[in-house]
Amino acid sequence: MKGGSNVTPALAAEHGLTEEEFDRTVGILGHVPNMTELGIFSAMWSEHCSYKSSKVWLKTLPTTGPRVICGPGENAGVIDIGDGEAVVFKIESHNHPSFIEPYQGAATGVGGILRDVFTMGARPIAILDSLHFGSPDHARTRHLVAGVVSGIGGYGNCVGVPTVGGECEFHPCYDGNILVNAMCVGIVRTDRIFYSAAAGPGNPVIYVGAKTGRDGIHGATMASAEFGADAGEKRPTVQVGDPFTEKLLIEACLELMEGDAIVAIQDMGAAGLTSSSVEMAGKGGLGIELDLDRVPLRETGMSAYEIMLSESQERMLMILRPGGEAEARRIFAKWELDFAVIGRVTETGRLVLRMNGDIAADIPVEPLVTAAPVYQRPWLRRHPEPEIDPASIPDRDPLDCLRRLMASPTLASKRWIWEQYDHLVMANTVKRPGGDAAVVRVSATGKALALATDCTPRYCRADPVRGGAQAVAESWRNLTAVGAEPLALTDNMNFGNPERPEIMGEFAGAIEGMREACLALDYPVVSGNVSLYNETNGSAILPTPVIGGVGLVANVQNVVDLALKRDGDALILIGETSGHLGCSLYLREIESSEAGPPPPIDLAAERRNGDFVRRVIRAGHAVACHDLSDGGLFAAVAEMAMTGGRGVVLDPIPSDLPSNAYLFGEDQARYIVETADPDTVLELARAAGVPAHVIGAVSGVALTLSGAGAISVEALRAANEAWLPDYMAQA
Amino acid sequence: MRAVIIIFPGSNRERDVCAALALVTGREPVRVWHRDTAMPESDLIVLPGGFAYGDYLRCGAMAAHSPVMSEVRERAAKGTPVLGICNGFQILAEARMLPGALLPNRSLRFTCRDVHLCVENNQTIFTCGYEVGQTIRVPVAHHDGNYTAESDTLDRLEDRGLVAFRYCGPDGELSEAGNFNGSARAIAGIFNDSRTVLGLMPHLENAVDPLLGGTDGRAFFEGLVGALQ
Repeated sequence: MKGGSNVTPALAAEHGLTEEEFDRTVGILGHVPNMTELGIFSAMWSEHCSYKSSKVWLKTLPTTGPRVICGPGENAGVIDIGDGEAVVFKIESHNHPSFIEPYQGAATGVGGILRDVFTMGARPIAILDSLHFGSPDHARTRHLVAGVVSGIGGYGNCVGVPTVGGECEFHPCYDGNILVNAMCVGIVRTDRIFYSAAAGPGNPVIYVGAKTGRDGIHGATMASAEFGADAGEKRPTVQVGDPFTEKLLIEACLELMEGDAIVAIQDMGAAGLTSSSVEMAGKGGLGIELDLDRVPLRETGMSAYEIMLSESQERMLMILRPGGEAEARRIFAKWELDFAVIGRVTETGRLVLRMNGDIAADIPVEPLVTAAPVYQRPWLRRHPEPEIDPASIPDRDPLDCLRRLMASPTLASKRWIWEQYDHLVMANTVKRPGGDAAVVRVSATGKALALATDCTPRYCRADPVRGGAQAVAESWRNLTAVGAEPLALTDNMNFGNPERPEIMGEFAGAIEGMREACLALDYPVVSGNVSLYNETNGSAILPTPVIGGVGLVANVQNVVDLALKRDGDALILIGETSGHLGCSLYLREIESSEAGPPPPIDLAAERRNGDFVRRVIRAGHAVACHDLSDGGLFAAVAEMAMTGGRGVVLDPIPSDLPSNAYLFGEDQARYIVETADPDTVLELARAAGVPAHVIGAVSGVALTLSGAGAISVEALRAANEAWLPDYMAQA
Repeated sequence: MRAVIIIFPGSNRERDVCAALALVTGREPVRVWHRDTAMPESDLIVLPGGFAYGDYLRCGAMAAHSPVMSEVRERAAKGTPVLGICNGFQILAEARMLPGALLPNRSLRFTCRDVHLCVENNQTIFTCGYEVGQTIRVPVAHHDGNYTAESDTLDRLEDRGLVAFRYCGPDGELSEAGNFNGSARAIAGIFNDSRTVLGLMPHLENAVDPLLGGTDGRAFFEGLVGALQ
């Protein structure tokens, strides 16, 4: 190696390494790191790659179960769905890049999560997107919505993977820091799952896909710091996506995976060639030697530092069996993709990089991976919000409140968004966007998957433990409401600066709640992503642990949706109603208050009621079903009515509750089922010890509430459909 | 009935049309990679939907110059029926096998949803499964489906009965709202002079299974397969 290093602690600090962390790198290397080595340490030890603030908490989540083939730690989680098939899925954030450059930021978020799934040998079959934007009144919001949505569509539509679901919320806390979380789901044969651990010293290391350029250098480090006023200047750290190359890469990789040439494979995501090569070597307990002169480059004069930290998209690293090269080369040539042997696996346990006849870096892999700092950051628990006195909430016309809620940004139809996504390609979309969960058929079998993303950030702020549990419970409930058996989840933990104890308290609390719910519902976490430092100028987002849930439907003919089907059918409310208005959407939209604790979570009731609803659906007693969440009972009835184009006559409100608490309260563990046979359902509920009673009947073309009047379903739908297109059309 | 599906780099709806044809014929179509030199003899050639070559220059522009297209042109001249769906229609237009061009949708946004079509002419191998004037509900999924051509070309298409489908409202009425992408004369699909080449934007292949939200596309494939057997 040439001469002494001119890397100083100050330069290390600019790379996000603390003085202690920098000293640790010197200890590991036995000398001061050169620039390339510094870049590698800084990327691997960034929050984004090392999970240094979150690791101790993530470890407490349940990650195993009878169907779990692969939990967290690989590119994506893998769950057995029988018949020799498995579902592979993960969610990942692209928050910071999407705020800086919404189209490319969101597009490359989709590209990255697709690669995580097909890297494991799975064909991607669905994409979902959980989006959180700032206040509709904020100057940048419209531009961000337009850019993010067209970026997601531009990428997903071109690669030909349907975008079948997701969610979209607005809140001023995201004004300076939007959330773009993308989830991908794929299907793989259980005997054809590929992992990333390097094996076989001497085996060739192969680079495939797009060429390497100077884009996205240090994206992982950017994702590990707060935004200041200079966010716009970070635009060059955002990568540029090429979905066409990704489509070719998917087909080429899956074609090669049909044979036995591949030993290990890893996509180049955050921190590019650095993290992919280090992770492969680390997992295999081996070394890797790379000849950087052989890396296909898009630009001339790139340094070792730039090559190793570039986040150019649509690239993969593979380790092949001896003799597997010719087959791989043929397939990648067919798909007109770059293919280069850039190194080999070694027994040294070191990452050695050569360039221009010199050694550009030489780092022992094991400490680079395992000596990454782990922090027990101090945390503070928030004081619980005092209960709301129901008597303090004014009486208001419930039909007028309903109309306002259904036209509010949270409940307004998101059709304007999902019609820009091809949600039908691959010809397996059984339930399209807009319901509780999307349902996608798994070809050639009677099986289908139910998919949903969920989180209620205002609950998580008011009570992180309850909020975390509720996010998991609502995900489980959404899958249940279409008749699916919830299998497992992937989590995207979006939080503020973990160095602030109150933020770390939100994180710890949410994990605690999630853990309790996952255990009670047998709903393990098999993959996920942590996005911290979601703050701008010291103002943090609401804690937003987004849950991506996957459920299994054994017979796709048995799924139901929320659309009302037949006049005369009864609507049965499952679950207990106490009229909890604290932290509700009703309070926020109608009373402009975010006060009060979120609704209590009774996980035993959640489990019992959900298992019951699933049984009723499978037995064919329910022709429609909907879970109750934002806006409570009345919003759920309205959604069922609007989707089915039918009216409802609601029975009189129980006299022991204020009417709007009954109608709009957000008590948990509740569903509405439409049935032609209420006696049977009520009898089954009694036997199962599940609270259930008839609340009304399907009838006519209006929502009728005795004593309050009626509102036409068409008028409600018009208001519900109009908000987002009207908002986006304003200049 | 032997069908050949041409796969370009970036095609992505080949599975959908293969499934629809297999459903009706009980036989999996043959997929041909665009660089394969020998295309098997067939009764039907399909250019499927997708983003061939990423649609980077102009939709369909680069695929229209792929080596396989000269073979497609020759087979079409000899009478082999050719069906171009969505990106396939764009490719046929760029290859001048059909007149006109597909511009970006009036909204300038990609649009995926069910639309209504009016069947304009059923005296063809492609549309003989329908009645003239029949309204069908099928999905679209495209960004560039706004059909345009010079007015004398449009007149000629109309005079010769070469308009296959038009966008319409739920009751078959022609309207501004029904013509969602702004196509000239609401044209959703056209034939060549011999009515053996059809280009259309909607995805009839995504409307053949009741489980997936509709079956109005099924008569198209049944009629076509019946006519070719």
